[in-house]
Amino acid sequence: MTAVLDPPTPVRPAGPRGRARRLARRVAGPWTYAALIAVLAGSAFPVYWSFVVSSQTPDAIDTVPPVLVPGGHLFENIARVFDTTDFALALTNSIVVSSTITVSVVLFSTLAGFAFAKLRFRGRNALLLVVIGTQAIPTELGVIPLYMMMSEFGWATKIHAVIVPGLVTAFGVFFMRQYFERAIPDELLEAGRMDGCGSLRLFWHVALPAARPAAAVLGLFTFMQAWNDFFWPLVVLVPENPTVQTALSTLAAGYTTDYTLVLTAATIGTIPVLIVFLLFGRQIVGGIMSGAVKG
Amino acid sequence: MAVVDRAARKHRWDTKFAPYAYVAPYFLLFGVFGLFPLLYTVWVSLQHRNLLDSDGAYFIWFSNYHQLLFADPYFWNAMGNTLSLWLLTTIPQILLALGIAQLLNRKVRTRTLFRMGVILPNITSVAAVTIIFAQLFGRDFGLINWVLDLFGAGHIDWQAGTATSHIAIATMVVWRWTGYHALIFLASMQAIPASLYEAATLDGAKGWQQFWRITVPLLRPQIIFSTIIATTGNMRLLAEPLLFNPGAAASTGGSDRQFQTAALYLYEQGFTNWDFGYSSAIAVVLAIATVIVAGLGYLVTKRIQTD
Repeated sequence: MTAVLDPPTPVRPAGPRGRARRLARRVAGPWTYAALIAVLAGSAFPVYWSFVVSSQTPDAIDTVPPVLVPGGHLFENIARVFDTTDFALALTNSIVVSSTITVSVVLFSTLAGFAFAKLRFRGRNALLLVVIGTQAIPTELGVIPLYMMMSEFGWATKIHAVIVPGLVTAFGVFFMRQYFERAIPDELLEAGRMDGCGSLRLFWHVALPAARPAAAVLGLFTFMQAWNDFFWPLVVLVPENPTVQTALSTLAAGYTTDYTLVLTAATIGTIPVLIVFLLFGRQIVGGIMSGAVKG
Repeated sequence: MAVVDRAARKHRWDTKFAPYAYVAPYFLLFGVFGLFPLLYTVWVSLQHRNLLDSDGAYFIWFSNYHQLLFADPYFWNAMGNTLSLWLLTTIPQILLALGIAQLLNRKVRTRTLFRMGVILPNITSVAAVTIIFAQLFGRDFGLINWVLDLFGAGHIDWQAGTATSHIAIATMVVWRWTGYHALIFLASMQAIPASLYEAATLDGAKGWQQFWRITVPLLRPQIIFSTIIATTGNMRLLAEPLLFNPGAAASTGGSDRQFQTAALYLYEQGFTNWDFGYSSAIAVVLAIATVIVAGLGYLVTKRIQTD
């Protein structure tokens, strides 16, 4: 799902009035903390519970009262998942798909974003409007012709079919364009031009190094989105060649009633994004708060 | 002389054509794999095109639409479910997000922890989370029924009823997206000048009044934005209803189609019945319906008072 509109600009602050700001942002009392902790618990609970079930024996899921603390059978269950389905293939496919898409989106977005922000060419504004407009288009609804195309190319059931439509995003181009607009002063590029740099060298030696923070945030979002993508891989792939998400759905749809197995697979599938999230959570929060990102 | 000439020509190429080369990959790839399939959907929707028929594709003009709109109760059932889920997801999502943003806007210790906490649901995979929630909403051993039982509510068969299944699916969507909208609102709340609240306090306005009279009106652009974003997402829910009841008949959305959304019906017609023409017609109608509903959402949120 990628649908992003032009993010609204936040209301401007009224200037550096320290005392007034302190007054406005009241210090949190015990009730605020209680409410926030409740929200935090609610957010984390489903993932935590899935982990708990994954670490218990299969009969634990059907007990009353429910089990709420982890047990010692996690690795046993993980081994069972890998025995039951080709989860190794699913993980490999997901890693290949998500990494390729991430590299491509970051590269092409940075290149196009640089051109839109810092180079002058005829039709620039009109083309930029097209990019912004296409962000709101629900490309998912074109799933039937896309499937027909992939069959025609002989790509259906192969992971190319998942990778290629994800190689560029309107959001990425717009995101990088906004960043370049603010981050690189025109004088710096002018100086580079005086020294005889062509635009490609300016991009490589000036723009790209300066864009690293934004490119990293874009990369994080893109990776997580690609990893979690469900609908298109479900349509175009087959159970014999799955991504993690489609393998999960096959496992859940199977005639097994062993939900411990299914939830263990769900836990394994969540771990990679969870690691990314724990390492870079601060940047992800900052990215969402500075612009609008929709997964 | 020749060297200068070549350098000049190179420079001209660089300023005139290079920018187009930099933006070309986006336009080419998006055009071929994004825009073209979308436009071609309209074309296919005018055809009889079923992969299971051997007679190939031929034009039948508006017959698919005629069938869909006037002779297909399953479609209207799916549209009804879609609208019901839209209401049950979008409104709670925006209201809860406003409340959570208000909490996060206080001076809080470990604020990064809380902010990461609210966005955690948004980064988890929709497939994994739906499978987890389907267990939590289980009839016999589900945790939610166990908790309700403690309060004497008895066992609810969440999947069986229309209302209960919609509530369960809406819970998954709201859980997933509220934190995202809360962070968008928080970013704007932090930019509201304190003097506004000071003046309101001097006039005797209580915290609750300040929230509705100052905070919400000033967040109007973000509320409009979030409503539209949430609408486009919530009008085509597919993974949640599909995986709420996984199995051979997953694409019908329950035994009585009680939670089959329009997007899920599109999937059923397209990829279990292989009726591409009909499925494309559903896509077109759903796209139009989404624009109408998003427009309604815009009109409603635009009316938020700004004094």
